[in-house]
Amino acid sequence: MFASILAAGLAAGAIYALIGITYNTMYSTSRVMSFTAGQLGMLGGVFGSYFILKLGLPIIVGFIATLICCAIIGFITEIVAVRPVLKSLEQHLYVLSTLALALMIQQVTAIEWGTEPRPFPKLIGLGEGVWDEKFWIPVVACALTIIGLEYLYRRTLVGRAFVAVAEDNFAAQALGLPERNLRVASYMLAAVVGGIAGFSGGELLLAFFANGALLNFYGFVPVALGGLGNNRGAVIGGLILGLFQQAANFLVGGIFASVAVFTLFIVVLLAAPQGLFGAVASRRV
Amino acid sequence: MNTQTSDNSLATVSAMRQPVGKQLFWILAATIIALGLPYISNDYWVSIGTRAAIYWVLISGLNLVVGFAGQLAIGYVALLTIGAYTTSVLTAGKLFEPISVFFALPAAALMGAFFGVIVGLPALRLRTFYFAMTTLGFATIVTQIALAWQSVTGGGIGIPGPEMPAPFDSSLGFYYLCLGFAAICTWLSTNIARSRFGSGLIAVRDAEVAAEACGISKSALLIPIFILAGALAAVSGGLFAGLQTYITPDAFTFELSLLFFISILIGGRGSIYGPMLGTIILVILPEIAAPLAAWSTFLYAFLLLVIVLAMPGGIAVLLDFNNRRPLEKHRTVAPQTAMLAALNPHQVSGQTLSLQDIVLTFGSVRAIDGVSLDVKPGKIHGLIGPNGSGKTTTLNVISGYYSPNQGTLTLDAKRLPVGMPHLRANHGISRTFQTPRIVGEISVLENVMIGGATKGYATFIQALLAAPKERRERKALKERAVALLQVVGLGALAHVRTDRLQHSELRFIEIARALMIAPDFLMLDEPAAGLSNDEIKKLGSLIQAISACGTGVLLVEHHVDLIFDICDDVTVLNLGKILAAGTPDEIRAHKEVVNAYLGG
Repeated sequence: MFASILAAGLAAGAIYALIGITYNTMYSTSRVMSFTAGQLGMLGGVFGSYFILKLGLPIIVGFIATLICCAIIGFITEIVAVRPVLKSLEQHLYVLSTLALALMIQQVTAIEWGTEPRPFPKLIGLGEGVWDEKFWIPVVACALTIIGLEYLYRRTLVGRAFVAVAEDNFAAQALGLPERNLRVASYMLAAVVGGIAGFSGGELLLAFFANGALLNFYGFVPVALGGLGNNRGAVIGGLILGLFQQAANFLVGGIFASVAVFTLFIVVLLAAPQGLFGAVASRRV
Repeated sequence: MNTQTSDNSLATVSAMRQPVGKQLFWILAATIIALGLPYISNDYWVSIGTRAAIYWVLISGLNLVVGFAGQLAIGYVALLTIGAYTTSVLTAGKLFEPISVFFALPAAALMGAFFGVIVGLPALRLRTFYFAMTTLGFATIVTQIALAWQSVTGGGIGIPGPEMPAPFDSSLGFYYLCLGFAAICTWLSTNIARSRFGSGLIAVRDAEVAAEACGISKSALLIPIFILAGALAAVSGGLFAGLQTYITPDAFTFELSLLFFISILIGGRGSIYGPMLGTIILVILPEIAAPLAAWSTFLYAFLLLVIVLAMPGGIAVLLDFNNRRPLEKHRTVAPQTAMLAALNPHQVSGQTLSLQDIVLTFGSVRAIDGVSLDVKPGKIHGLIGPNGSGKTTTLNVISGYYSPNQGTLTLDAKRLPVGMPHLRANHGISRTFQTPRIVGEISVLENVMIGGATKGYATFIQALLAAPKERRERKALKERAVALLQVVGLGALAHVRTDRLQHSELRFIEIARALMIAPDFLMLDEPAAGLSNDEIKKLGSLIQAISACGTGVLLVEHHVDLIFDICDDVTVLNLGKILAAGTPDEIRAHKEVVNAYLGG
């Protein structure tokens, strides 16, 4: 049982961590937490199943097509739901605009794709039992994504520009960085990460329209645990959440697992509002 | 929402007030339509009316959370679910002996109140998004539990709703029952909206820092609101279960949450009748657009997006005709300081506000480095210095926003607690801000009344029931606010929405607000910034009149002429340290001050 908790927990945790990184990537350039993060995870699974099982495309082509579609959704998110409300950030209108867009995405998926969970294709066909690919693919995908992001942020000019905008938006603009384009790019990048989360977790979560709402919440918990904008915190938080949830799932059963996660979430929020690994925010007078 | 209904004896107010008769007419008209609905239509419309009434029971409470307190509670369907299941389970006797629905509903209300607070806890300390997320997560979990806890909730198969006793067992009787609940809830939420709790919520929403300085504690305010909203939501759930006759987890879709939320947004923030109208519109809308039923969530979401992007003010702003009337163009502020003495009957308390060797560091920066100064009753103490010398920071330490690393802050030899800004008003300390922190969406008068928050003693329950004590207090507060507006010279603008005023007028509003508690100490943070020379003169004599009543004034200013004209003592700061202190004449002649700041 211990092995299955570990396998299922790490797999789910990796997916949650990736959604957490999706939140963070969007937040870093815009200070906006977008409800579309979970929907992108859902779309990763749905598009994957659509391209590979329904259209019969090769896996690698289907994967790329999925990511392109997700990137387009990210682009639309920035234009429709984020840019218009950035002027009045303190009113938190983005909560409503991104929620509205997320629900529209979910509803269109429910109508066009159906409300039943549909199968996701076997990607590689390697391993069985606790070594089944549905458990290790998300973990590998998460690790590769982190390595990729670290490379991007540290070694490339575009990545450093991202970091600059995230660090100090005004100073970055004063240096002549194209802040708006970088923001659009970060939304597309975030969408790709969300798509990877959904695609790699497809065999575990299936292609199901309601995954979006679940991933929205379970993907946000790592962000709350790890501190806003802290990707390393999100990965650690995600893995902790996944293991905790699966352990509760095996030990006390399904409903109480979700109650346990919710309680954990509230307790952490109240005890450490800045997250377990975040810095204390200063006061605003 | 305008609340001016009592008569104003200080009637120099050239009133732009809400026509009371008109409001009464609309209430009466709505009541007649609601009562007469069964006689002019069929059962189908009665059931729609019932639905609207039930939703309004929830929305009237949620409106206080969303529209007044500005908390984005998007998952309130969870509390509806809890109420529905509690009522159904108790009346069906799944856990205990079956009980009557009229005992089950209060039990549901208790459950709702409890969970309303639990879900609300993060809102007391955290950013908006976290609260939105908590309510959303809670909604997801409640549905999962309803599905999985089969022995009690019946799982996916569901459970029968509560049976109503006669005469409420017919559709007509049930309609009138729900209408009665809706009317009571309207009354309750209107009472709260008009009380100090309502204006406090709006203050916390739009000017949180100023609200704290006025003595409003966010958590003390929000917790009773969460209790009320949770209880109403659960009662609404109980009625909802009665309407459905049979409930399954599928009945509580997230779409309902959206409907509740959008009703409030369409209606407009800080309004009661706007959201009520919004509720009715949103309940009727799907009936008209029946062919699009499958797309209803999409439509609601689309509507939400459109409202947020295109008309964040909602119906209430569209219907606010009073505030369309143009204001007089060339207004001048004309303080009537003669009235002040009667309003601030200060027996000079003899207390001194005193700072000793205050040190405050931000990281390695010593923002204040060993500052000591005394503010004496009836005296004006000037605090000047170049930008970044620590003037405002000193005020923030006194206000309790920053806790100093070293040094003491005493009031009449007693130490003031550090880092508790909302307790300062109780100690007779009030202040204004460098950029006026004012609520734009309410009237000037209501803004000033916020300053008297600590003078309200009526409890939440008394406010909820509009008890005589609460009404007396409110009336006294309003009279004082009207008088103070005349003192600062804005009497004519009392009923204008504040965001229509010009910058200089906002500064005088802040002073009026700060005077509401008849403060022992008043701290003014650059009150002359942005004022014309003429206005600065008037401001100067106003400040002198305030100190003549016994209030000690601490004045931070860049207009040195004003400082030298009216101050009794002056302290000059530079880089967080005291450069000089003394009378205006001494400072004027001080060589270093001239070099560092005044210029020679």
